[in-house]
Amino acid sequence: MHRSVEPLWWLLFAIGGTLTAFLTPIHILIGGIGLAAGWARDAFAYDHIRALVSHPLARLYLFVLISLSLLHWAHRFRYTLAEALHVKPSWLPVSLACYGAAVLGTILAAVFLIRL
Amino acid sequence: MASPTMTLEVLRYRPGQDHAPEFQSYSIPYRDDWVVLDALNYVKDELDGTLSYRWSCRMGVCGSCGVMINGTPRLSCAAFLKEYYPRPVRVEPLNHFPIERDLVISMNDFMQKLPTVKPWIIREDARPLTEGEFRQTPAQLDAYKQFSMCINCMLCYAACPVYALEPRFVGPAVLALAARYNLDSRDHGRTSRQDIVAGPEGVWECTLVGECSTACPKGVDPAGAIQQMKLASALDWVRNVVLPWGKR
Amino acid sequence: MTPYHRPPRFNWWWGHRAYSLFMLRELTSVFIGAYAVLLLVLVRRLAQGRDAYEGYLQFLSSPWMVVFHVAALAAALYHSITWFGLAPKAMTVRLGDRRVPGVVIVGANYAAWIVISVILAWIVLRG
Repeated sequence: MHRSVEPLWWLLFAIGGTLTAFLTPIHILIGGIGLAAGWARDAFAYDHIRALVSHPLARLYLFVLISLSLLHWAHRFRYTLAEALHVKPSWLPVSLACYGAAVLGTILAAVFLIRL
Repeated sequence: MASPTMTLEVLRYRPGQDHAPEFQSYSIPYRDDWVVLDALNYVKDELDGTLSYRWSCRMGVCGSCGVMINGTPRLSCAAFLKEYYPRPVRVEPLNHFPIERDLVISMNDFMQKLPTVKPWIIREDARPLTEGEFRQTPAQLDAYKQFSMCINCMLCYAACPVYALEPRFVGPAVLALAARYNLDSRDHGRTSRQDIVAGPEGVWECTLVGECSTACPKGVDPAGAIQQMKLASALDWVRNVVLPWGKR
Repeated sequence: MTPYHRPPRFNWWWGHRAYSLFMLRELTSVFIGAYAVLLLVLVRRLAQGRDAYEGYLQFLSSPWMVVFHVAALAAALYHSITWFGLAPKAMTVRLGDRRVPGVVIVGANYAAWIVISVILAWIVLRG
C-alpha cells in the first residue's frame, strides 16, 4: 500500500489533470492563437509580461502549472505507452523516462522562476 | 410468402478436433421478438445439436449468457435480432477469456480473483442473534446499492483492454464488489481489502477506459467504483505518509 | 484439454470507436506536456532579456507553431471536456440525504472553467 509510490503519481496526475483542464485552454488561446493573430499586442510587450510574471504569486502559479502539467503527462503517457506497446506499466525504462523528464522540468521551472 | 430469415455466424471450437476457432454460418428464422439466445436455441434444437453455449434465466439476471455480438459484449438474452436485422449477426465467445468449447469460456481466472477481495460483510465483532437484525437508512443503502447489482456476467472483463493486456489485474467486477462491501455500513473490512484493491493488481492498473461501465447490463458502473477507490486509496497514502503515527 | 487462448491484437485500440477515442484522450496529455515546455522556455527567455523574449514571440507566431497551437488547443479542449465528463465518477456528492446528480457536478465544472478563463484573460490582456 504505502510501499508503492503509485498513489502519489496518480494523485499528481489527477491534480494536474484538473488544473490543466481549467487553465490550459485559455493559456493556449491567448498565448498561442491570440499572440499570432495580433490580439492586444501591448499586453505581450516585454515590460508588461516581465512585470506580470515577476510577481511572487505569478511565479508560484507558473511553477505549479508547469510542474503539474508535466507530472500529469508523465503518468498518463507512461500507461499509454504501456498499453500501446504491450509492456507492463511497471517496466522501469518507461517509468524512469516519463517521471524523470517531469521531475527535470519541475526542477528547471523552479530554477528559472526563482532566477527570473 | 416465405418467412424472413437472417444469418447467424457463430465461432466454433471443438477441443481436440479443431486447430483454431472458425466461423460457422446458420440460416435462422427472423422473428422480431427473438433475442440472440432464441436464435442459438433454434440452432441447437433444429440445425446443429453440437453447438455449446451457456444460458439460464433468459431474462438478464443470472449472468450466464455473456457473448460477443458483432464485436460488443452482450447478454445473448438481451440482444434482440431486430437490432441487427437484416445484417448477419456474429456471435463469438466473450473476449479476453480462454475458450473451452464453442461459446463456452473458462471463467477460472475470475472465480479465483473474486474471493481475494473478500466480498462479504467483515465485522470486528460478531453480533449475537439476540441483538436482532442490522438496520440501514435509505441513504446507507443508497451508498452501495448500485455496486451490489453485479450479476457476475463478466461483460466488463470482455470490454476491458487492461484485463486483456495485464493478466494479474483483478478486473472491474471484482473491484466494484470490493467497493460494494467497503461502502456498506455493516462492514468493517475496508483495510483488509486494501492489499488487493490498492495493490499491484488493483485499482492502479485501471486507466479509466470506461468501457466496463458501458458494457454492464445492470448499470453497476464499475469504472465509478474504481475511481472512487483510487481517490480513497490515494488519500489513505497521503495520510499514512504525513501522519504515520495516526490510527491505522 | 487446455482451453484455447486468444491473445489481444497488437493494435487493439485501432478500428474500435470507444478504444480509439480513449487513446486520443490519453494522447492529449502530450500536448499538455508540450505546452508546459513552451511555458518553461518562455520564463527562461524573459530572464534572458528583451531580444531573447521577442525572438521567442516570433518563433511562437511562426506558421508551424500556429499549427501546433491549433492542434494543442483542440487537444486541451478534448482533455477538459472528457475530464469534466468523468468528474462525477470519482466522487459521490451528498447534500443532506440526496445524491447530487452527475450533470450538476459537470455543470459546476463548466461554470468554474468559464469564470477562471475570463479572469485569466483579463489579468493577461488588460495591458
